[in-house]
Amino acid sequence: MVKRHHGIVRITHWLNALLLLGMIASGLQIYGAYAHFGPRGEPYPLPNPWDGTGFPEWARLGGWLAGGLNWHFALAWPFVLTGVLYIAFLVVSGEWRSLLFRPRDLRPAWEMQRYYLGLRQEHPPQGKHNALQKLAYTTIVGLGALAVASGFAIYKPVQLAWLTALFGGYELARYWHFLLVWVFVAFTLLHVLLVLLVDPASLRAMVSGWYQGRFPSHD
Amino acid sequence: MLEPRLRLFSRVNDWVGEKLFLRRQRLAPEYPVSARTEPGRFPAYSITYNHTRKYPDAPAADAWALEVGGLVRNPLRLTLATLEGLPAVTYTVKHHCVEGWTAIGTWTGVPVSTIVGLAQPTPEARYLRFDSFDRGYYNGWDLASALHPQTILAYAWNDRPLMLNRGAPLRLYSPIKLGYKMTKYLTKMTLTRDRPGGYWEDQGYPWFGGI
Repeated sequence: MVKRHHGIVRITHWLNALLLLGMIASGLQIYGAYAHFGPRGEPYPLPNPWDGTGFPEWARLGGWLAGGLNWHFALAWPFVLTGVLYIAFLVVSGEWRSLLFRPRDLRPAWEMQRYYLGLRQEHPPQGKHNALQKLAYTTIVGLGALAVASGFAIYKPVQLAWLTALFGGYELARYWHFLLVWVFVAFTLLHVLLVLLVDPASLRAMVSGWYQGRFPSHD
Repeated sequence: MLEPRLRLFSRVNDWVGEKLFLRRQRLAPEYPVSARTEPGRFPAYSITYNHTRKYPDAPAADAWALEVGGLVRNPLRLTLATLEGLPAVTYTVKHHCVEGWTAIGTWTGVPVSTIVGLAQPTPEARYLRFDSFDRGYYNGWDLASALHPQTILAYAWNDRPLMLNRGAPLRLYSPIKLGYKMTKYLTKMTLTRDRPGGYWEDQGYPWFGGI
């Protein structure tokens, strides 16, 4: 048995899962009020498979636009705080070293990918996380920050005009914000699938903090 | 059960919106006239229209006047001719609807700050209430947003007198708020000490509605 996850990591992980679910569900409710991108009535040259579609009731939170907005704006702050707390913990504890994807992880990541593709027989040696995990957990934090930033760009397009401009304007910021939803959904599905298929013991570790499984080394 | 608590939290965001994000002199960007949204594609909402499929009837020109009252030393009754005689502001700006769509239009009118200046509010005045003849539609505004240089009482849209569907004869306009904060078909402007609600705000929409 090795101690794997600090209490802060476990709490922020599960809080984030719950808050993200609420943010997405209330966001889909808001989307339904104008299920298009771009200025009113004008075609927008960006692909959107959900153009003009309302999402089913089970996927929405808030019941109507105002309810969706109130949920979204209430959950947004704890969502941001959870993320800040998580990053702050990684920095202060030094835990970031086993999570941050760096240039030196490129080659091990390739080896890992070869293993998953069946081009390599034995599992490459790894520390607490393999290089592909580092890549995933680094990217998702960056995308989370992008979701927050694009959210503020939509929330205050005049007061934070510089931020909105960084995303290419209000209409595009709204598009990126919506697109990120599907990245998070895809990430979560893959994340859960890999946990269950590759290392189910890691699920218990994210609950209790203790790990007893295939990859016990701890860097 | 959760709804009242969410609304309470919405008050926190109202505070954040006014005290942390709003800069009194920061202007919304202006656009060239060529960027205007085609008139037919610029939606026009009205509560009367929702109920009757007709926009509110225009009052006779000589019967209508804007009443300015409440916590002021100098209550006013302003006819359209008087308003049109005051120094006007014209800008082409982007309209942000709470639903998520945007549209660009040109608006002309008198800054609310000019009228407030004429009415001379007393020190207790902290909010502005705007009333309309659109089935009781009304809005409450924080004074900072109302006195913003781009917050105007508009009487023209795209260089023409306001049409009935745009809120004739006079409407509130401001590119620093969401559309539902901009009362159309104005009748009254009241300075108050307590925070007025609003037609949609009373039903749960964020009160501040600043962007």
